[in-house]
Amino acid sequence: MLTFLARRFALALVTLWLLSIIVFVGAQVLPGNPGRAILGPFADDGAVEQLNHELGFDQPLLTRYWDWLSGFIHGDMGTSYVYNAPVSDFIGDALVNSIQLAAFALIIVIPVSIVGGVIAALKVGRLIDRTITVAGLSLAVVPEFVTAIVLILVFGIWLELLPVTAAAPADVGFFEGLKYLLLPALALTAVLFGYIARMARAGTVTSLDSDYARTAVLKGLPWRTVLGRHVLRNSLLPTITVIAVQAGFMMGGLVVIERIFNYQGMGLLIFNAATRKDFPMLQSAILTIGIIFIMMTLVADILTSLLNPRIRVSRAES
Amino acid sequence: MTATTPSVEPGSALPVDTSELRRARRETFRALLRSKTFLVGLLIVGFWVFCAVFGNLIAPEDPLQTNSSVTLKAPSAEHLFGTDALGRDIFSRVLVGSRDIITVALLATILGTVAGTGLGLVMGYFRGLVDEVISRVVEAFFALPIVIVALLALTALGPSNITVIVVIGLVFTPLIARTVRSAVLSERELEYVSAAKLRGERTPYILFVEILPNVLPPVIVEFTVRLGYAIFTVATLSFLGFGIQPPTPDWGLQIAESYGLIGGGFWWTALFPALAIATLVVGVNLIADGVQSVLER
Amino acid sequence: MSVNPSSALDVVDLDVAYRVRGRERQVLRGISFSIAKGESYGLVGESGCGKSTVAFAIVRHLARNGRIRDGRVLIDGRDLLTLSRAELREMRSKAVSMVYQDPGRALNPSIRVGRQIAEVFEVLGGERKESLERAEEMLRKVQIADAGSVMQRYPHQLSGGMQQRVVIAMALAPDPTLLILDEPTTGLDATVEAEVLDLVANLRQEFGASVLFISHNLGVIAKMCDRVGVLYAGSLVEEGPARALFDDPHHPYTVGLLRCIPRGGMRKDQGRLDSIPGFLPPPGAHLPGCVFADRCPLADDRCHTEPPPPVPLPGGRVTRCFYHEQAQSIPRQTPEDLPPVPRDPSIAPVLRASDVSKTFRQGISQIHALSGVSVELWPGETLGLVGESGSGKTTFARVLLGITKPDADSMLVLDDHALPGTTGKRTRDDIRAIQIVFQNPDQALNQRHAVKRIVGRALERLAGLHGRKRDDRMVALTRSVRLDDRYLSVRPASLSGGLKQRVAIARAFAGNPRIVVCDEPTSALDVSVQAAILNLLGELQRDEQTSYIFISHDLGVVRYLSDRIAVLYLGRLMEVGAAERVFDGPHHPYTEALLSAIPTIEGEERPRIRLEGDIPSAADPPSGCVFHTRCPRRIGEICDTEEPPLAEVEPGHFMRCHIPIDELRRLQVAPPPQRAPTETVPSSAA
Repeated sequence: MLTFLARRFALALVTLWLLSIIVFVGAQVLPGNPGRAILGPFADDGAVEQLNHELGFDQPLLTRYWDWLSGFIHGDMGTSYVYNAPVSDFIGDALVNSIQLAAFALIIVIPVSIVGGVIAALKVGRLIDRTITVAGLSLAVVPEFVTAIVLILVFGIWLELLPVTAAAPADVGFFEGLKYLLLPALALTAVLFGYIARMARAGTVTSLDSDYARTAVLKGLPWRTVLGRHVLRNSLLPTITVIAVQAGFMMGGLVVIERIFNYQGMGLLIFNAATRKDFPMLQSAILTIGIIFIMMTLVADILTSLLNPRIRVSRAES
Repeated sequence: MTATTPSVEPGSALPVDTSELRRARRETFRALLRSKTFLVGLLIVGFWVFCAVFGNLIAPEDPLQTNSSVTLKAPSAEHLFGTDALGRDIFSRVLVGSRDIITVALLATILGTVAGTGLGLVMGYFRGLVDEVISRVVEAFFALPIVIVALLALTALGPSNITVIVVIGLVFTPLIARTVRSAVLSERELEYVSAAKLRGERTPYILFVEILPNVLPPVIVEFTVRLGYAIFTVATLSFLGFGIQPPTPDWGLQIAESYGLIGGGFWWTALFPALAIATLVVGVNLIADGVQSVLER
Repeated sequence: MSVNPSSALDVVDLDVAYRVRGRERQVLRGISFSIAKGESYGLVGESGCGKSTVAFAIVRHLARNGRIRDGRVLIDGRDLLTLSRAELREMRSKAVSMVYQDPGRALNPSIRVGRQIAEVFEVLGGERKESLERAEEMLRKVQIADAGSVMQRYPHQLSGGMQQRVVIAMALAPDPTLLILDEPTTGLDATVEAEVLDLVANLRQEFGASVLFISHNLGVIAKMCDRVGVLYAGSLVEEGPARALFDDPHHPYTVGLLRCIPRGGMRKDQGRLDSIPGFLPPPGAHLPGCVFADRCPLADDRCHTEPPPPVPLPGGRVTRCFYHEQAQSIPRQTPEDLPPVPRDPSIAPVLRASDVSKTFRQGISQIHALSGVSVELWPGETLGLVGESGSGKTTFARVLLGITKPDADSMLVLDDHALPGTTGKRTRDDIRAIQIVFQNPDQALNQRHAVKRIVGRALERLAGLHGRKRDDRMVALTRSVRLDDRYLSVRPASLSGGLKQRVAIARAFAGNPRIVVCDEPTSALDVSVQAAILNLLGELQRDEQTSYIFISHDLGVVRYLSDRIAVLYLGRLMEVGAAERVFDGPHHPYTEALLSAIPTIEGEERPRIRLEGDIPSAADPPSGCVFHTRCPRRIGEICDTEEPPLAEVEPGHFMRCHIPIDELRRLQVAPPPQRAPTETVPSSAA
């Protein structure tokens, strides 16, 4: 198991490094002339040159890359062009917010979707299965802002149950604060349910159709034991990976939801940086969410190898 | 077959019914048409494609025509979906808004599928260093949500329909390549590939004539699934202002312009474009689901 | 049919159907049979006959689309089909157990092996600790040394043979009335299979269970069963004591089946295998009248319209045929004999392999798949290549073909010139000179290409024919493999296994090859189809003077077809020589053990030589003679330290053994003394 994990870790580092290059290329090389991109086509050349110099864009590419990367590793993520303040401050706050929202959504969605997926698998082909599958599928593919708008309309405007923005006043208590998070979390839940339930269902169906499930039934074991001890153990393994991946995705992929609810998460941060062409902020923020995502996949790998005896114990060990 | 002593060689006596063979080919299409999900999806998408092509002809009013006297009117017989803040008829805008999003998403998906299939074939067949390096790059891309990558690229390049098509297409390429690659990995172990090598066939022949026809089913499935993602992504980018640009009556743009109005009670301005996106995406995914269950023999 | 109160299992008029694409297809047509207490009953048949369905119907675990339409299944007098869920569970936990193919998949990969066995005792009410102890005891009963540590392992850590033992232990733990075995040894190596079968036979004695043994392999059935039932298209066409049935069959299908198999050490110059005309009916086919009528030489109008009733015969036998007296005199499908082909011994060999080695690198370890194999092949002869998994026979074939590149010192000489290691470097003439027929035609033929294209392309590339000439030759080629012209425009998916294999053979012969490697060409085919394909291969060889390298795990078939035999073990050539010499002896101790492991229909009283332990890993081969860890005739330290050279012990007969041939001749009159079990061999088999 350790060799497996060591390999994955090494590969993750390589991927991270490649990611930093991609982000850097996207943010600094693609625009061609960043100063021009910021000031617009009508600004005069002198101003553009000066801006480029101020931002360090006239340095050779490799130097800029190295400066940025080494700074980043040490915690200095650069200076925001728009706010003229360290990028890391903004990223720190935004990250905390994103984590809160993600955690809240996951707490709701994980039990619901796993139960839904397993039930659908147990009653494969029947009405309840089709309903869960189609509902899950539809909710998953509908863009989040559509779901968000419907939710806002229903719960926020027509029923007036919940606040329509997620920006809670500063002095609000914990549970009051949760109310503000509820709508965006629900919107997220709608999307996540489809993916997680589908994976739980597929894993359970495979497990139910397997030879070892048949052996367990033919041994005369009661159905509850077959399900609990033999089937579920193997069926939920792939679901863990999906959950971890989705968790990682939520760290930056929620641009739309954050915008609609005006929630200061990483997605909104990146979006604002993009509209304002704040390149330093943009590249560091994107690298951050990339790092988090890769970390989550590593966590998924660790969990899977702990729970899967075929990886945990190799053939040679006894 | 009432011969008393069949005097024929085994293997040629009782024929395989040839009409059975022709029937088998049509089975695939029949199965598709039998699938309710596929049919519903086809209906929905068909409707929107029709709107995309003939939208301008069937729209009751000019979608770009502003009219300051009828701003923000609720849905009525005159304006089925009501009017927006500039007095434009929302029903017409929704009908016509299908064109750009379908075109852009379709072209982006085609680009991604063609490039991805080629890349996947090469990666899966040759393996080795090429495969390893490209796989790492693919994984790096994976770490970022599509929307973020698109934002990054479009910030740098400036948004326009063409750039959106290219960016989304390029982002899809590694995703599709991954599926094709794993299909190729299993195919290349099969003996018919060895048999081809034993005829002295060259690599391009093996890749495109022998292997490709056998990995087409997953490619088709990927195409339909990615089309759904493409529509979703284009709508999201338009909503954020990085996609299709005004004054085109794109659905994402319409929502962007109007979601702030919901608080004031003007729900129709945002709801109808949102439902349009939802139905189109669901329709495409129903088709994808139908295709997948039929092709997954 | 009266129910015998002392029988363990009574199946009465069992009728099972499957729902496919909206239509119900009858798979079991009202079959009835009984198994007495302590008796072993074999159910034999080819694919689609419904034998596995019988097993699953008995335990009431059919697939979702299966339905038992009628009949009774009585175990110890209780009808399983009428029991409630709770009662059914009770029966499954106590009275009936099942062992099926692929033991690796039958065990839960996430639960330790000991726990899975202990579960059986827990269901019967045992405490956890006590159940674990009894589980360990069961492991010892199935001859697993070091049971204590095996208890703690996960299934993937055990070899195939050990996994099957664990499954058998699990099945016998509750001391059931009936044990069902469904193809339990298919896919296992010959020696491992023999071990498992012996184990089942012994345990059966010890536990007194009745056994229902399902298999397509007549030899295994003959060895293991007291009585046999022959199943065809869901109907039991003949039934009776095993010995009597095989020696004196009374149904045209049984007669035909037995004629398809090379029996009693039969060789190809002694006669051709017969075959059964027509195709096996697909499961659920509509067959009014006798199920075999379409293919039976004796069938008349009555047979096609009226299903024959069971006719009881003396000796506890039953047959379903109106004309069973004439069954044994049905005319042969294929003419009996062939004029022998004189072979000129002075012709030079067509292929010379010298010192062929292949080492694979896997991470840090090196897998020695082949080590110094040297062998010659003459024109028009068949060299049978024999060996178990890890022997290297597939690797050798791939090296010959140029698909796998051999190590540097290896030399391959075709006629008079050296052969480059990979197809990329070979000339077109060399490429078409060596071709292959693979085992699995589903994977060997591109499912997306029409037959015309498959054969046509081969003709273009190998024979260099185009246009009209190519088409003419294509017709001639398909005629010679007895493939009807109408199949040319069809894709392989629509063809039966036998037809697909004919296409593969046509493709291989497209360029008039000198050598054709046949890698288990008939293993995936039914018995009756197998014979036809083997005959075809024989004919083609006579006509074209092609040499064959014939790889098969079915030693009876190898013995039938081969002129010379080469025996491989762990990548090394252990013995090579004329077929009679290698089979009759004196021969290498490994060959001796291998031959004693084959179950034959005749049930020769050749005592079984058991090889202890598993086949060692090719990554870490034993020192000295690689067989010394398991050799029952090991003479001493020299076997452990010095690898014997491949020496010519008789003219044309080579062996790699320290024991001189005269000594072997003297020793092999009697089986070797049972070797004491050595220290636990690591269970990681190659």
